Amino acid sequence: MEISPDTKIIWSWGFVNLNLTIIFTWAIMAMIVLTAWMATRKLVVHPPLSRWQNIFEAIVTIMRNHIREIIGPDISRYMPFVGTLYLFIAVSNLLIVIPEYRPPTGSLSTTAALALCVFFAVPIYSIAAQGVGGYLKHYIEPSPIMLPMHIMGELTRTLTLAVRLFGSIMSESMIAGALLAIIPFFLPVVMKLFGLLIGQIQAYIFAVLASIYIASAASSDRGRKQEEIPMAYRGGGHVLGK
Amino acid sequence: MDSTTIIGLGSMAMAGLTMAIGSIAPALAEGRAVSRALQSIAQQPDEADILSRILFVGLAMIESIAIYCFVISIILIFVNPFWEKMSAGG
Repeated sequence: MEISPDTKIIWSWGFVNLNLTIIFTWAIMAMIVLTAWMATRKLVVHPPLSRWQNIFEAIVTIMRNHIREIIGPDISRYMPFVGTLYLFIAVSNLLIVIPEYRPPTGSLSTTAALALCVFFAVPIYSIAAQGVGGYLKHYIEPSPIMLPMHIMGELTRTLTLAVRLFGSIMSESMIAGALLAIIPFFLPVVMKLFGLLIGQIQAYIFAVLASIYIASAASSDRGRKQEEIPMAYRGGGHVLGK
Repeated sequence: MDSTTIIGLGSMAMAGLTMAIGSIAPALAEGRAVSRALQSIAQQPDEADILSRILFVGLAMIESIAIYCFVISIILIFVNPFWEKMSAGG
């Protein structure tokens, strides 16, 4: 049994191979863009809202509250990146209810690509917030001896982001297939339910960890250098307003 | 035993042992984390939202150790580099 949709090549042209991962990724992207376009065609400020606008407002508000609790009040420049990460991974893991679908996040290429996006986004956001000097200074922050630890930490964090997502999703799709041989009807359904739950949790974890890494590098000017989850421990209230 | 047999035997045995031994510690740790979280929620029910969010983040970090073991097992069983070199060469 294949362990990732990378191995099924649909179409080749020269050295470009179009495998199942890429095709499903494009399908998910098309679906998200199309749904978003349909929902935002006629936005209204006063109720009654259309159903699609309602759903999207709910999703965006929840994401914004969660990200705001980690990064701080001003998240307008982080929200697109982290929100897109979350939406892509959540939708791709949600669609496993469709029969012949293999989630593209179950392939190490996709998860490595997403982790690399986070890896490059952290310096970019940090330099935008504090300048190149400020960003480089945080590498020698408590003392210059910590420099190798910081570098190692950066690389390891990226690697674990990729492998965590890949391992969870691949294990779900593989176990569901393997259990077909044991109890054909009931057990794969239960495993699929478990896989849906794990998929959504992993999407949330990916987005939360990405925002924690960005916050720990980019918000040092507010004196929260050493804390990783600054606001999540302070009180239970959400920040009202925009 | 020739080297092909040894490689196959070693891969299979270690794939099983990796998963078996590697999931003891994460399971114990997750149990402890959940029990502490339940205790905290019982002490302060108002903060249950924040606590369960932090619990889930922590559980995913602990779980990832078991996932690394699983990935090694799967690599040993399905995309074993030594096995493929053996079957290509021999």
